[in-house]
Amino acid sequence: MQLVLEKRAERSNTIALISPLIAIGLTIVTMVILFAILGKNPLLALHAYFIAPLTDGYSLQEIAVKATPLVMIAIGLSLCYLANAWNIGAEGQFLVGAVAGSWIAVKTQGSDAGAWVLPAMLVLAAAAGALYALIPAICKVKFGASEILTSLMLVYVADLFLDYLVRGPWRDPNGFNFPTTAEFDPVATVPLLIEGGRLHLGSIIALLVVAAAAILLGRTIKGFEIRVVGAAPRAARFGGFNANQLVILTFAVSGALAGLAGIIEVAGPVGHLQPGVSPGYGFTAIIVAFLGRLNPLGILIAGLFLALTFIGGEQAQIAMKIPLDVTKVFQGILLFYVLACDSLILYRFKLVFPSRQVTRGAG
Amino acid sequence: MELVEAIILAVLAASTPLLIAATGELVTERSGVLNLGVEGMMIVGAACGFGGAWLTGSIFIGALFGIVAGTLMSLIFALMALGLAVNQVATGLALTILGVGLSGLIGAGFVGERITPAVHLHIPGLTDIPLVGRVLFGEDGFVYFSVALVIGVWWFLYRTRAGLILRACGDNHVSAHALGYPVLRIRTFAVMFGGACAGLAGAYLPLAYTPFFIPGMTAGRGWIALALVVFSSWRPGRLVVGAYLFGAVTILQLHAQGWGVGIPSQFMSALPYLATVIVLVLLSRARTGGSTAPAALGTVFVPDR
Repeated sequence: MQLVLEKRAERSNTIALISPLIAIGLTIVTMVILFAILGKNPLLALHAYFIAPLTDGYSLQEIAVKATPLVMIAIGLSLCYLANAWNIGAEGQFLVGAVAGSWIAVKTQGSDAGAWVLPAMLVLAAAAGALYALIPAICKVKFGASEILTSLMLVYVADLFLDYLVRGPWRDPNGFNFPTTAEFDPVATVPLLIEGGRLHLGSIIALLVVAAAAILLGRTIKGFEIRVVGAAPRAARFGGFNANQLVILTFAVSGALAGLAGIIEVAGPVGHLQPGVSPGYGFTAIIVAFLGRLNPLGILIAGLFLALTFIGGEQAQIAMKIPLDVTKVFQGILLFYVLACDSLILYRFKLVFPSRQVTRGAG
Repeated sequence: MELVEAIILAVLAASTPLLIAATGELVTERSGVLNLGVEGMMIVGAACGFGGAWLTGSIFIGALFGIVAGTLMSLIFALMALGLAVNQVATGLALTILGVGLSGLIGAGFVGERITPAVHLHIPGLTDIPLVGRVLFGEDGFVYFSVALVIGVWWFLYRTRAGLILRACGDNHVSAHALGYPVLRIRTFAVMFGGACAGLAGAYLPLAYTPFFIPGMTAGRGWIALALVVFSSWRPGRLVVGAYLFGAVTILQLHAQGWGVGIPSQFMSALPYLATVIVLVLLSRARTGGSTAPAALGTVFVPDR
């Protein structure tokens, strides 16, 4: 007996819609087993992960705050992946955006700079993220170098550069020798939406990005080009679409969004530049993009869901001493199940019995 | 002279995990499968390898733990990318994300612990020969194994029938299938071999390179190993050259810090990563006359019946 895949005549739309739900269900079953192995009560753990964060206002705001960078980065990545360009260095583009924007904040610190500071920071961060993403894009288009490897290598470079700045030239002299810049001035800080709360303007920007991506992909020729180049490269060539140009474009947009997310995170919830400013947002956003089926609205929902796992993970650590790495394992397993369920959209599983038995039965 | 010897020893040690992991991935890619999860398999190999050695006190058993862990990780990949025909790039990324989490979880109990690292060979007389003695006859077992491994893989790929069939699967899976070769089974074995090597390469780090485990200790070496396979044009001989060159860059960076060159340490640390980007660009550029990559690399194969 053997399990084989049989290609469906056409992709199954029903399964395309429910596959993320199946994936989440399977992940939860796997997590229950993992919790049991770790000697924790699975029901209590699931409650801490998925229910407790939804029950108070502070946690709900915190979920939106965490979802903001994830959604922004994942929207950019989804454009790349749709065009078959593999940007996996969003983490680096995020950090470079954070650094570039912080430069203005650090230079204007304590001066009477006006309200132009924050908008300038956002613009510069987006530009820096885009330029940083253009390095692997141009290396791919001009020289054929694998964008997967080059974009990833640049993550380590960006990480080390940030580390150098906050330990060296930008270190806060009153920071007790911690590697961090001084707290940003109020004009260099992303404003809060609710006085005394956690929700900030960045979440609105993320929603605008989702809307813009939905319009781009659903209503414009450029969006159509992106989807055709990714899904049917040959047809795209006949249609006269330039795949190289789209690699450059999608990488630049994706880098800009990651850079913007970077400065919003630093000038918003964190308030200063320091190492470890991203708990791997750039990588988690890859999961968000796939879980959201590379669809803007899907990404918004997926981003909120993964933010829930971050917050739930913290609560489970505090309440039940469950290690934080469980959240990462959870996210990894989730990505596997999402991809596996995607296979069901194109293929049907079939059990095949060895042909010898079949002939004997027939004859 | 002492310094030259010390540098060569350090370069060999830094190159060994790259060489082992890249050799495994080379076999995987030659069968037509692109497994981007090397970093994830390595880091789980590091955690399990250290755990095994710490629990049993045996470096050998630690190495076995690393191999088994890497192989198990690669089986998840094989199930997804070969069994379910999922996109190989995405599956490889998933494997790395999962591996980083798993290694943190497994290794949490060992952080701060120390073990006695792998012993170095000592042959009285031979090892004491100035300059070449310690380089040739004073390494740890992993170094010798890595050289034997790459020679063995060369012999297998180019001198055996099985190697020829494996390469055929990587270049044209449709023809290989039509000739009656079990493409998916061959690829599964190639993926498992790659996983075993990545697990061992990861285990090398806490068992021989440093005597302790820290989360994230692979620090992108799995990705550099992937770049090395491209660098080698999928040939074992060039892989050795590439691995030792990269080992040398890593050590150059460490020594430059020691010599007090007035460059911030972070810039020197960025050197291996920048070197990888530059090498990839130069090589891809030189190779405009046609790619040397296995023709079916990264493509999905679902046998029809």
